[in-house]
Amino acid sequence: MSQLHEQPSVDQIWEWLDAVPDPEIPVISLVDLGIIRGVDWQEDTLVVAVTPTYSGCPATAIINLDIETALREHGLDKIQLKTQISPPWTTDWMSEKGRAKLEEFGIAPPQAAGGPERCPNCKSTNVTRVSQFGSTPCKAHWRCQDCLEPFDYFKCI
Amino acid sequence: MAAPLTDNEALFQFLLRMGDNTLILGHRVSEWCGHSPVLEEDIALANTALDLIGQTQMWLGLAGEVQGEEKSADDLAFLRDVWDFRNVLLVEVPNEDFGRTLMRQFLFDAWHSIQLGHLMKSSDERVAAIAAKTSKEVAYHLERSADTVVGLGDGTEESHGYMQAALDYLWPYVGEMFVSDEVDAAMAKAGIAPDPASLRADYDALIGRVLAEATLNIPDSGFAHKGGRNGKMHTEHLGHLLTQMQWLQRAYPGASW
Repeated sequence: MSQLHEQPSVDQIWEWLDAVPDPEIPVISLVDLGIIRGVDWQEDTLVVAVTPTYSGCPATAIINLDIETALREHGLDKIQLKTQISPPWTTDWMSEKGRAKLEEFGIAPPQAAGGPERCPNCKSTNVTRVSQFGSTPCKAHWRCQDCLEPFDYFKCI
Repeated sequence: MAAPLTDNEALFQFLLRMGDNTLILGHRVSEWCGHSPVLEEDIALANTALDLIGQTQMWLGLAGEVQGEEKSADDLAFLRDVWDFRNVLLVEVPNEDFGRTLMRQFLFDAWHSIQLGHLMKSSDERVAAIAAKTSKEVAYHLERSADTVVGLGDGTEESHGYMQAALDYLWPYVGEMFVSDEVDAAMAKAGIAPDPASLRADYDALIGRVLAEATLNIPDSGFAHKGGRNGKMHTEHLGHLLTQMQWLQRAYPGASW
């Protein structure tokens, strides 16, 4: 990729990052997930602050690699990724767009009540928990009592 | 007589205690991966272990920074021997059965959640940040282990028997979490961490509530096995655990990928 002659704006970079999918749930972007905590130019270096979802989430390393790869493809070469653990990530930072996409994909979005509002498939509210944990650290396993489909629920933390 | 601890040495010891607890328990719990009684429990245990190992990276990462000898969290986890570990004995005892594993998890989670609640207000902002991050995960662990202890304790006659036997076996390992020494005194004085003894009343109230609901009897004994968190005397089990956990770095020193 050719070198850029002008620094792209911070807004432009947010837009680029909003096109980088989460490696585990590719229907939502890293920006939707709320884990990009800051984008700043420090002289000629772009500093991107990223917060981990769960401490042991194995996707963290891949996420950093994906961010760097995406930005390099847009012609940036001086990129610094920093891990920011405070304040800790919360599902409140997930975008409305991200929540809608999750449900469309079949994953019930997080709710403050601590359980899914409804089945992402048939929309029934008659749902029951199978397990507090699921296929990734950020999800729990639920089941719809009406359509009988099991589904993932994005845990609210 | 040994020279008194410097503040930095005390902080290093405190961080090892936090990180070694999560490391050793995380390793123990991970031993269930692929062996649990049902798939959901297998996934739950593996996820809990993963959280604990992730938390270890932060605690031991900071420990390495404070120690100032250019050691990473991996160096501290894989290149120390038994006598350098500072975890409580509770987390190193073998899993035995599913009941004992969940009872150990509950007894630890209850302490862990109370401890992290205090650490979130630590005068050291690095400690406070790790506590704020990890306390959310630990609240979830506690919710699950408490539910499971109640479900199995107040379950069938057989499950109740397993849970009572687990509590009887593990109870003498609870006391060590509340013993204070010179490291704790230095941490309390600096406002970095609470005096462990000060957490006991909240702990007893919390576990008393859950164990009563689980129809389990807390043994009437104050005896405590000690020696893990100060490294004076670990159980024989820790060495066996380390031979598994550290074998790759022992066989191929410095290997990485």
